[in-house]
Amino acid sequence: MFQVLANPAKFMAFSKWAAPIIGVIAVVLLVWGLWVGFHVPDDYQQGRTVRLLFIHPQLAILSMFAYACLGGAAFFGVVFRHALADAAARAAAPLGAAYTFLALVTGSFWGRPMWGAWWAWDARLTSELVLFLLFLGYMTLVAAIDDETKANRAGGILAMVGLINLPIIHYSVNWWNTLHQGSSDFTSDLSPVYALPFVVCLLGYIAMFGALWLVRTRAEVWRRRAQALAVRQAGRA
Amino acid sequence: MIDFSNKYALYVWPPIAITALVLAWTLVDSLIRARRWKKKAESLEAGEPL
Repeated sequence: MFQVLANPAKFMAFSKWAAPIIGVIAVVLLVWGLWVGFHVPDDYQQGRTVRLLFIHPQLAILSMFAYACLGGAAFFGVVFRHALADAAARAAAPLGAAYTFLALVTGSFWGRPMWGAWWAWDARLTSELVLFLLFLGYMTLVAAIDDETKANRAGGILAMVGLINLPIIHYSVNWWNTLHQGSSDFTSDLSPVYALPFVVCLLGYIAMFGALWLVRTRAEVWRRRAQALAVRQAGRA
Repeated sequence: MIDFSNKYALYVWPPIAITALVLAWTLVDSLIRARRWKKKAESLEAGEPL
């Protein structure tokens, strides 16, 4: 599997059919999960805001997962100088930034009625904001350097350094007193009526990211091919 | 039940709408980007001028 993903030609052949299949799986899981999730009974404490349970935690988990993918791809790009890894890193960043932005916004809307505040500088919220800034920083850095090799190397190093933020986000609620609730075990802390759509939605969001990541990595491979051909044509003229 | 008159509706539906919009943007942008670069690369491979 790794060899398939490491070879650009094999990756393009694999992703051509894998992206739509994973996309369809994502749509089925999300439609079913959100439909069931929006019809669960109100929570005895949180009332109807419990609907956000099927959006906010999944997007927060996905934002960290996307950054782990970005950091992992950056590692292979920087250490092994693999062109496809650089393309995958560039493709993951905008998606991760979007999910992190949504995690922050949806969390803010959930926090206002439950905590009485749209925002607090507590460890979980702040470290998630740092994650958002890391995504933006990576994208800005690779866009700011004209030489793509240097841009990928600089961005890759930033992405790898930023990996340290992932355990900080995860354990922030244990290490510090936070307004954000502590970590939950979704298999035992949640009633089955919430747990099932929660897990289905989580799988749906992950599949959605997987499909879009493949599509964006394909776009990045096409972009490089187009640029290489344009340079060759310009050289002949 | 889906209900817009609930006292928490103001805190539930706007984030759902924002999420739907942003996720739709990620989908549309990804597809447009892939289609545009594929078309560009194929036209260059066919030897069309820049």
